[in-house]
Amino acid sequence: MVHHAFTLAGETLHALPSGALHWPAQGLLAVSDLHFGKSERRVRRGGMALPPYEVQDTLTRLQADLDATRATTVICLGDSFDDLAAQDGLTDDARLWIARLQAGRRWIWAEGNHDPGPVDLGGTHLAELRLPPLTFLHIADPAGQGEISGHYHPKAQIRTRAGTLSRPAFLIDASRVILPAYGTYTGGLRSTDAVLDALMAPDAIAVLTGRQAVAVPMPR
Amino acid sequence: MSTALPPILTDWFQTKGWAPHPHQLDMLARSHDPALLLIAPTGGGKTLAGFLPTLADLATADHTGLHTLYVSPLKALAADIKRNLQTPVAEMGLPIRIEDRTGDTSAHTKRRQRADPPHILLTTPESLALLTSYEDAPRIFAGLKRVVVDEIHALADSKRGDQLMLALARLQTLCPDLRRVGLSATVDDPAAIARFLARHPDPCPILTADPGPDPDIAMLTTDQPPPWSGGGAAYAIPAVLAQVKAHNTTLIFHNTRAQAEIFFHNLWLANEDALPIGIHHGSLDREQRARVEAAMVAGQLRAIVCTGSLDLGIDWGDVDLVIQIGAPKNVKRLVQRIGRANHRYNAPSKALLVPANRFEVIECLAALEAVKAHDLDGEPRGDGPLDVLCQQILITACAGPFDADTLYAEVTTAGAYATLTRADFDACLDFIATGGYALRAYDRWQRLMQRPDGLWQLRDPRAARQIRMNIGTIQDTDTLKVRFRRNRGGKPLGEIEEAFAATLTPGDTFLIGGQIVRYEGLREMTVEVSPDPGRKPKIATFMGTKFATSTQLSTRILRMLQADDWPALPGHTRDWLALQRRISRLPEPGRLLIESFPHDGREHTCVYGFAGRNAQQTLGLLLTKRMEEMGLDPLGFVATDYATLIWGLKPLTDARALLDPQKLEDGLEAWFKGNAVMKRTFRASATIAGLIDRISAGQRKSGRQATFSSDILYDTLVKYDPDHLLLKITRTEAMRGLVDFGRVREMLERVGDRIDVIRLSRLTPFSAPLFLEMGRVPVEGMARERLMAEAAEELMREAGFS
Repeated sequence: MVHHAFTLAGETLHALPSGALHWPAQGLLAVSDLHFGKSERRVRRGGMALPPYEVQDTLTRLQADLDATRATTVICLGDSFDDLAAQDGLTDDARLWIARLQAGRRWIWAEGNHDPGPVDLGGTHLAELRLPPLTFLHIADPAGQGEISGHYHPKAQIRTRAGTLSRPAFLIDASRVILPAYGTYTGGLRSTDAVLDALMAPDAIAVLTGRQAVAVPMPR
Repeated sequence: MSTALPPILTDWFQTKGWAPHPHQLDMLARSHDPALLLIAPTGGGKTLAGFLPTLADLATADHTGLHTLYVSPLKALAADIKRNLQTPVAEMGLPIRIEDRTGDTSAHTKRRQRADPPHILLTTPESLALLTSYEDAPRIFAGLKRVVVDEIHALADSKRGDQLMLALARLQTLCPDLRRVGLSATVDDPAAIARFLARHPDPCPILTADPGPDPDIAMLTTDQPPPWSGGGAAYAIPAVLAQVKAHNTTLIFHNTRAQAEIFFHNLWLANEDALPIGIHHGSLDREQRARVEAAMVAGQLRAIVCTGSLDLGIDWGDVDLVIQIGAPKNVKRLVQRIGRANHRYNAPSKALLVPANRFEVIECLAALEAVKAHDLDGEPRGDGPLDVLCQQILITACAGPFDADTLYAEVTTAGAYATLTRADFDACLDFIATGGYALRAYDRWQRLMQRPDGLWQLRDPRAARQIRMNIGTIQDTDTLKVRFRRNRGGKPLGEIEEAFAATLTPGDTFLIGGQIVRYEGLREMTVEVSPDPGRKPKIATFMGTKFATSTQLSTRILRMLQADDWPALPGHTRDWLALQRRISRLPEPGRLLIESFPHDGREHTCVYGFAGRNAQQTLGLLLTKRMEEMGLDPLGFVATDYATLIWGLKPLTDARALLDPQKLEDGLEAWFKGNAVMKRTFRASATIAGLIDRISAGQRKSGRQATFSSDILYDTLVKYDPDHLLLKITRTEAMRGLVDFGRVREMLERVGDRIDVIRLSRLTPFSAPLFLEMGRVPVEGMARERLMAEAAEELMREAGFS
């Protein structure tokens, strides 16, 4: 696993190729926008019945990251569930698996815009988590410092000799990190979007996920 | 049933001044045989031969209810035959009611036909399958004596035919004395069609009509050589127009609809004499097609640009020339197309082949030789496909509760299913009943339940409606209707593929029905356009079928390449072959030629497998996967009927490791997991087997919705239920068709370790056309990661990051 190491507010952080953020000094792993229950919600909204296996897929990747980093604290940066009802739609298998991942770890569900209410799974529920000098929350505050957030599902494009490639990406500058969506079947917002452009400093970089984490100047 | 011609028919033949053909009398004499196959060329009085026993029987004895069922692959053919039969029946004053029943028949007529069936019912496999799904099927078919399957050679190649034979197995249970007649064009293996037709293990004698004189067939010579690649054959337009002028009526066949459209457009631009020329293909609106057909029958057209939609049956009258644009890919189809010219018995058909590019010159010559040698090609078809069987189980359940043992006994009387194991049958039944392991929690896939008395029935009887709506095995690519904007009359023009429509933005232009139209917008699943004659069209890609060159034709080409010289080929092509022999070498039968050379900053590997387009495409996917494992950093590939060209960052050194058959088979298995072609194969089978509905509650799903659902189902099954029946079916299907792994395997077995790798300093005459070929496939792998890292480093350096 080839990660991209960088510093934010003096702390060394690793952007993992999977889209998770690792803070080795704190043994902390942050992931954002898991969007569990996306296919289940489609059914409720009148789409075709699809087996909710995307939960397993996301959990499989999360398990691999936890095994590799041995993180003792996990923070899910909001929109962990596609909506409130999606929690009820979780299968018993998935609940058990989440409970297994939680065992022996501090687990924090941060509040997102899709899942603002309390969560009846294990773990602590917080609006945001402050671990000075860093703050973990769902949506970036333009005035914030040392901030780690998600919400936007950023993607970035890069032109290579073999054509243009597009990948979910971390956006990083001196004040903040925006994490890519970790969940399966989640779309993305181009780094060229005006909202992201306004939020990030001119010298921001994007770290593309995939087999290896690859840093480029943030495409505008 | 009588075996001699009854007086009333003899008299009719006499008043017409005709004598029955010997094969027609043979058919009558053998009318008691349980199954009979007639092979006759177009215009040989085939249909009358099929119906003579019926007419003789109905002329001499009273019959109530359905007597004879006629099944053809085309709706239009059923209607055409109705007209052709009604004339003699009226002239003889026979009390015979003849009706057709297809997707176009009104609901009212269909209801009446069920209550009061005609003596002769003309229908299609799908309409017949639907009829057998009704609870009152035993009453509808009571008294049925004969079934005539027309153009059986076309059905025997497809799942439509398998479905038809399962429906006939059902009818045979209802009417044990049912006699079957098959009518076929000339084919490579009549015995296979006979086995397909007859109730297993009944015998099926084969009658062969006089095939008539050999066709007069040649390659069209032009002043200008054909281009290096592409399929448009625009260079030949003046020569083709000259031929059209010199003949009464010419059919100009194309292999794809898009090519037909482009050719038609170019033909009109060059048509200074304004000769009446029409276009006919399956994507055009039905009204438009009907107009062209009517004009054709009335002798008002000098030429029709067409596709496979004119391959079958209907009598067009005075066609005196058939032109095939592009290599025919398949000799059997070529012969059947040639038969469209001179629709008179015992007159030679006249045909011209027009190669679209340099390699097709060779292929056309090989095809000409094959036609002269009567060497037809055919791929033996495997056992009856299980997805069709799954649908048959659903159809059976719609008709009422059934016993599994009885149904198994019934389906194994269909020739294609004679070797079906009980285990496979039970697996299909279990899938229909439960959905399979991974899907067992979902009600919608739990469709059958076993009653206390052991019979199986639908869990929810209301499901029958949904099942009936989805009967059929035709996989139409998802298309959208094209119309002029309402304020200009809303005239329907035809259909384009949804995937193509998705690439259009307002203002884009494309060709349809020979007109250039401008895309205006999408409205309720209809593409709205306006006429725009002034601009150059963006080309319509009707995905359609891209035929692969048949094994026999490929072998013939390889043999031809071994000659010392090729006097029968035009000079430009001769020189090209000679140059290839001098610079590299020519591919040989029983060996595999691989060229390796640098070009334009990349390393290239060209594999001359001659396995047909689909198999070469699959080979490209598998080889690039192997090259990825071997660290050769492939970037992409492109395939044609004869070769695959791969480009990447490093040169090939060890060809044997690359072509290790076991490794390639493993690759195929791994490839199952995420490939789009495999997903499309899955989607087709899943739709037939009833896992996915094509149409739900009165409305058709958009292709993209269905694709999304089926792709996710596919991923799910691959991950969590890899032994699911539908994945097994997908693997079987992958051996032929779009994936065609069977031909990759066959090629590797044939060449063994006789692999010649030639390292060259630059590209070769044979590989050059591949660089111009469309349809390049990128490879996702380390090369891309490496290039991404390289590009990223460059960007970071430029931006001043260290």
